[in-house]
Amino acid sequence: MNAHLQPTGSAYFLTQETQQTERHTLSVLVDNEPGILARVVGLFSARGYNIESLTVSETEHGRRLSRITVVVIATPKTLVQIKLQLERLVPVHRVHDLTAEGNYVERELALIKVKGTGDHRAETLRLAEAFRAHIIDATVESFVFEVTGKPDKIDSFIALMSPLGLVEVVRTGLAAIGRGAEGM
Amino acid sequence: MAEKMTGAEMVIQALADQGVEHIFGYPGGAALPIYDAMFQQDQVQHILVRHEQGATHMAEGYARSTGKPGVVLVTSGPGATNAVTGLTDALMDSIPLVCITAQVPTTLIGTDGFQECDTVGITRSCTKHNYLVKNVNDLPRVLHEAFHIATTGRPGPVVIDIPKDIQFAVGEYYKPEIETLRHASYRPQVDGDLKAIEAAVDLMLKAERPIFYTGGGVINAGPEASENLRELAELTGFPVTSTLMGLGAFPASDPQWMGMLGMHGTYEANMAMHDCDVMINIGARFDDRITGRIDAFSPNSRKIHVDIDPSSINKIIRVDVPIVGDCNRVLEEMIRIWRSRTNQPRTEAIAPWWKQIEKWRAVGSLNFKNSDTVIKPQWAIQRLYEATKQQSKEVYITTEVGQHQMWAAQHFHFDKPNHWMTSGGLGTMGYGLPAAVGVQVAHPDALVIDIAGEASVQMTMQEMSTAVQYRLPIKIFILNNERMGMVRQWQDLLHGSRYAHSYSESLPDFVKLAEAYGGRGIRCESPAELDAAIAEMLDYDGPVLFDVIVEKDENCLPMIPSGKPHNEIILPDTANLGSIIDEKGRALV
Repeated sequence: MNAHLQPTGSAYFLTQETQQTERHTLSVLVDNEPGILARVVGLFSARGYNIESLTVSETEHGRRLSRITVVVIATPKTLVQIKLQLERLVPVHRVHDLTAEGNYVERELALIKVKGTGDHRAETLRLAEAFRAHIIDATVESFVFEVTGKPDKIDSFIALMSPLGLVEVVRTGLAAIGRGAEGM
Repeated sequence: MAEKMTGAEMVIQALADQGVEHIFGYPGGAALPIYDAMFQQDQVQHILVRHEQGATHMAEGYARSTGKPGVVLVTSGPGATNAVTGLTDALMDSIPLVCITAQVPTTLIGTDGFQECDTVGITRSCTKHNYLVKNVNDLPRVLHEAFHIATTGRPGPVVIDIPKDIQFAVGEYYKPEIETLRHASYRPQVDGDLKAIEAAVDLMLKAERPIFYTGGGVINAGPEASENLRELAELTGFPVTSTLMGLGAFPASDPQWMGMLGMHGTYEANMAMHDCDVMINIGARFDDRITGRIDAFSPNSRKIHVDIDPSSINKIIRVDVPIVGDCNRVLEEMIRIWRSRTNQPRTEAIAPWWKQIEKWRAVGSLNFKNSDTVIKPQWAIQRLYEATKQQSKEVYITTEVGQHQMWAAQHFHFDKPNHWMTSGGLGTMGYGLPAAVGVQVAHPDALVIDIAGEASVQMTMQEMSTAVQYRLPIKIFILNNERMGMVRQWQDLLHGSRYAHSYSESLPDFVKLAEAYGGRGIRCESPAELDAAIAEMLDYDGPVLFDVIVEKDENCLPMIPSGKPHNEIILPDTANLGSIIDEKGRALV
């Protein structure tokens, strides 16, 4: 009696994604309470969103507020969902898509350890100066630089250090804030 | 007004202050102080379950049939992990629950203590919000905030994890004002944007092929929302269909009712969704069992979407007029604005549309071939429905998950909200029996029936013991086809009829099983005896397992195969196709 039932391939239908992904910086104002970071990160993994970078720290101690800056790569449709899903979390006050709003500044800090002697050492120092990197530790055969800027500036500096004896890098992830007098 | 008491006493006091009359729970080591406090009071009645999953589904049934939050109390570790299925179910179906889980003492947290688990970690993604209380002075605020969060906005489950030392600790109890609750961030939007509602009404006023597509949001917005939906439907004259979750918000006896839509919805509802020019979605979320193939979903309509959860809007289907707000408030505004624009329904303008709908209706997509020798499951539900109509009692129906659930949705008709309890989003087999227990606790004089399958019902069968203990006369109406019928149907559709583990072997004798629990067992195998057997079940004052032996290989139709648009629905071979379907469509039937 089931002969008339046609095979269809799947119990779920799969649709092709037609939108291109974009990289956006979101600023999320949250209550600083235990588990808040797990809630945010858990939401991203549970719903299959990609986190490129994430920074979190308490920003207003008196009001127990933290600011999370998260860089995501997603389609425009998913970006809207990410914002709305984040806002659905009880301790989340506001979410701003800084990239969509357009007018903001962003900075990242990196600590970069470079090992070398002789010509390499001199070249390293010259480049560091050009990038306004500060030396925060030095030995006779190594430096630790502190460099601040947009992520692509840090990428360039790391790329230049690579042949000169790059040992390791630590980056803070992105911090971003809207321009002008208005706050979040 | 602060009063000194222990954390355990605070739990009971907060429940009483919230007007909680019943809680569903199971004791254990870490929960003992709360159980001790409960022993010494009589404001809150505790229902002892047999498994914590049962407690959560009971609380869901209780909540859905009353509109009040369901409350669960379980111990740490396995108590909490067993509750996870019910919490997830409540999250998917937007059911307000407050689940109190006990935890090992704070000093033992993180040491892999006996019956320790990371409850807040495990339940973070299956609750609307959760708390681990590490200071007794936070407890009163957290308890009251939990009720506020569970019941407002889009409702959902909230977990409060309370370590044993916090239950013993003494602090000051107070009942906080909503405004002073910690989370200033939690302010659900209930009033819809007036401009958007006006735009929606203006679209509706120009519609020629309109349809109301309503969902569980209407039920969650309270009985007034159902009243307002009826009024708006009458004002406009538009046809109404509903999701599985929304059944009862609009009366099935009304001529404007089209039946349920979606994968196993009626032909007329699905065809009307596909061909409409204005779709008014009120409190539904474009679930994948509703939309079918997204790029072919209602291709030529302007869509209005009312939802209290902003993230539901444009998640699956792009809409033209989004309205974030409580369904009841938005419906009230729609009625007011419609009235300010016109006094007439759009009877004439939509007459051709109704004519088309009548043609689709005439197909009879819910028809089935009845039999004199074997009980057809659809017929069994129809007979049950007819028998319950004669009852003077309020009738509440719960279901398990599978074919019987869809047949119940198709053939049992609801005229009131909050009388239909089923697991929609998560599709939890084993939901119906404990949910029926919860409903019966809330409505001791009502007739509560779990329409079940023999596979689902065995997942939470132990709660029969709870029903017997509390003298809850629930009726478990088992459509026994010795198959996991829906799985078998999919295996026919997709997997060459290779029935991998989709049959029920070594079934218990349900009559003896009922007797073993102290209930009544009735078996019926013959169509001629069904009515008398149903009457016997309804007359018995106590829990009944009713084992109906039905046709084994019946398919649940109509059906929109996944990946297909609404107009490629598979109809039963009894359907009266006439000139409705072309050759291409006929090939699918």
